[in-house]
Amino acid sequence: MNAELGQADRGVDPVLEAKDLVKHFPIQRGVVVKRTVGHVQAVDGVDLKLYPGKTLGVVGESGCGKSTLAKLLVGLESPTSGSIKLQGKEIGNLSNRRMRPFRRDIQLVFQDPYTSLNPRLTVGDIVGEPFEIHPEVVPRAKRAGEVKELLDMVGLSPDHVNRYPHQFSGGQRQRIGIARALALRPQVLVCDEPVSALDVSIQGQVINLLERLQNELGLAYVFIAHDLSVVRHIADEVAVMYLGKVVEQGTGPEIYDHPRHPYTQALLSAVPVPDPDLRGQRDEIVLQGDVPSPIDPPSGCRFRTRCWKATDHCAEEVPSLDVGDNGTHPTACFYAEERDVTHAVK
Amino acid sequence: MAETVRVIGDTLPGADFNSPLLEVDGLHVEFRVRGERIPAVRGASFTLEQGRTLAVVGESGSGKSVTSQAIMGILDTPPAKITGGAVRLHGVDLLEQNEETRRAVRGNHIAIVFQDALSALNPLWSVGFQIGELFRVHRGTSRKEARLKAIELLDQVGIPDAKNRVGHYPHQFSGGMRQRVMIAMALALDPEVLIADEPTTALDVTVQAQIMRLLKRIQTERRMGLILITHDLGVVADVADEVAVMYAGEVVERAGIRDVFKRPAHPYTKALLRAIPRVDTVGQELEVIGGLPPNPARLPGGCPFHPRCFAAEDKCKTEVPPWAEPAEFHGSRCHFAEEVYADER
Ligand SMILES: Nc1ncnc2c1ncn2[C@@H]1O[C@H](COP(=O)(O)OP(=O)(O)OP(=O)(O)O)[C@@H](O)[C@H]1O
Ligand SMILES: Nc1ncnc2c1ncn2[C@@H]1O[C@H](COP(=O)(O)OP(=O)(O)O)[C@@H](O)[C@H]1O
Ligand code: SF4
Ligand SMILES: [Mg+2]
Ligand SMILES: [Mg+2]
Repeated sequence: MNAELGQADRGVDPVLEAKDLVKHFPIQRGVVVKRTVGHVQAVDGVDLKLYPGKTLGVVGESGCGKSTLAKLLVGLESPTSGSIKLQGKEIGNLSNRRMRPFRRDIQLVFQDPYTSLNPRLTVGDIVGEPFEIHPEVVPRAKRAGEVKELLDMVGLSPDHVNRYPHQFSGGQRQRIGIARALALRPQVLVCDEPVSALDVSIQGQVINLLERLQNELGLAYVFIAHDLSVVRHIADEVAVMYLGKVVEQGTGPEIYDHPRHPYTQALLSAVPVPDPDLRGQRDEIVLQGDVPSPIDPPSGCRFRTRCWKATDHCAEEVPSLDVGDNGTHPTACFYAEERDVTHAVK
Repeated sequence: MAETVRVIGDTLPGADFNSPLLEVDGLHVEFRVRGERIPAVRGASFTLEQGRTLAVVGESGSGKSVTSQAIMGILDTPPAKITGGAVRLHGVDLLEQNEETRRAVRGNHIAIVFQDALSALNPLWSVGFQIGELFRVHRGTSRKEARLKAIELLDQVGIPDAKNRVGHYPHQFSGGMRQRVMIAMALALDPEVLIADEPTTALDVTVQAQIMRLLKRIQTERRMGLILITHDLGVVADVADEVAVMYAGEVVERAGIRDVFKRPAHPYTKALLRAIPRVDTVGQELEVIGGLPPNPARLPGGCPFHPRCFAAEDKCKTEVPPWAEPAEFHGSRCHFAEEVYADER
């Protein structure tokens, strides 16, 4: 179950480590007396390790638990069970107040640059807001200067401190969100779909910014996205999620060139390639149906209802995320086998 | 085919079958908002032939949806106003027809599928009723027969167990299923032109693959003309025959699919293709298009792309570039179209 990341430099400790992380949301019925009638198994036993200065990409389809994982990591949701360690300190089960000094080191960048910024605050107030919560980081007298420096760092004009969010484009708003996340000089940024709402021409600008900041500040990223080519570009290591579980994890080449889990293969093969010469040349796996409900996920392997390899065994036992006998990287499938789906094959 | 001709004769007097299926010619649409004129579409032109797929690509706000609404005749007027150009179906300018003819054209000749199927379907009626309604209103079909037609269509678009699902309401379907229902509705009256405005943008990639495959299959079977509006160049490469690239309300490049990807003749197209993350960009800085998409209310003078263009020179700031054709069936609105096409710029 314990997936060692290939990126581990021997002797370097992970900056962030999650073990058997679980988040189940109760589903309640009744108006006066609420009773719990079931649970949404949003995140169900996720292990991950993130090393300093590296990027862990998390991909998967809508509802597979990516945002819930992000919220757990930064402490916006508390886990049902499991552990989260930041620089070796357990932060998953501390009360809010006691976690505060540690929280500083891990910050969230949201997907939607349109709704995540308070429209009534100026950009200066937004970027400087974390200093109100953590006054110890920068002395009051130096805050205005610090805010301008942060704006400069993300490629915005420091003269814009007094403007409001609506005066900025989507890409610029995402930069504001990044500046705010950087205010407390964190070690780790959790980016939940940071470029999904942006046009292609603007996406690249934000991705380049994130990469530059990583090099300059030595940041580690958890980078969540559903766009597989964006993740391939930015991530050192990739985790593929399906219905609350990681089904495969490895380096970029391991996942993209040598995928072993049927779901990873289907996901990759569904991504259209921007080259008309490859039309009809690829190994396309078209899955049947939709992702099942996380309230009552299939027994055994959660992917089995859409999997062309499934046998009775898959319904009876949960496959663990293992390297296996002849594998190269952790894959949660009884019949894991490499299949190249991203290159022309026909 | 004989039946198609009869229907067209009924609903579109003057139809000429030697003309292209659909021709958008110099279309201008503007919005008037608080006394300000916002030119959303500024002289867009393209042609669609039977059985072909034309992809319209461009970033958000470039005028793709407004163009498709103008073709359908479903723009809100006001605030929108069509200020010039023509939309010809079999040579007949739809913009000059009365509302009755336009209503007959909608559904019978041209149908549309939107990005957001949930808001396009009525939440209070079963999907079967909504599909059947089209047959009752347009064809005078009986209730019972309309229901059978609805089941047949749902089955065709791959809704499992259509017989039972026909009575379900939109919220009882997943996103991908709802998009299938929308497609079934669009196909009901056997249109010649199907406009799909970002039909898969809200969907997951495995579901997107299902829907694109469905659209392609249906288009081939029915020999429809398909206008596919999207910002995903991967989808375009997979299905389109021709491509129109929009920027700031204009079609800035138009060509066959291979030409657009392999020999772009407009700097915007070229830069857009380079900005996509690819295998060989891993570990490198992405090439980007600097600056921001323009505000349509305050377009830069000359070529509207000039503030972001890698090829711009002084004249781009002052002179509007003409439509140039560096090769047959390959047009570009750029002063240096020939050089960009020859990869000398
Ligand atoms: N507060 C909550 N209460 C109940 N269920 C929730 C809650 N938050 C999330 N869920 C459910 O948990 C599952 C995982 O949701 P999550 O938002 O993490 O998915 P995601 O992978 O981020 O999806 P997307 O790609 O759409 O953003 C979903 O089924 C969602 O409906
Ligand atoms: N109802 C409206 N009122 C005012 N402006 C509008 C309206 N609808 C669209 N526009 C403007 O028209 C331009 C083109 O919009 P649209 O066709 O929706 O772009 P696209 O579909 O390419 O993203 C945009 O600048 C948009 O803001
Ligand atoms: S006309 Fe000038 S600014 Fe416009 S695209 Fe061509 S080179 Fe660039
Ligand atoms: Mg999410
Ligand atoms: Mg649109």
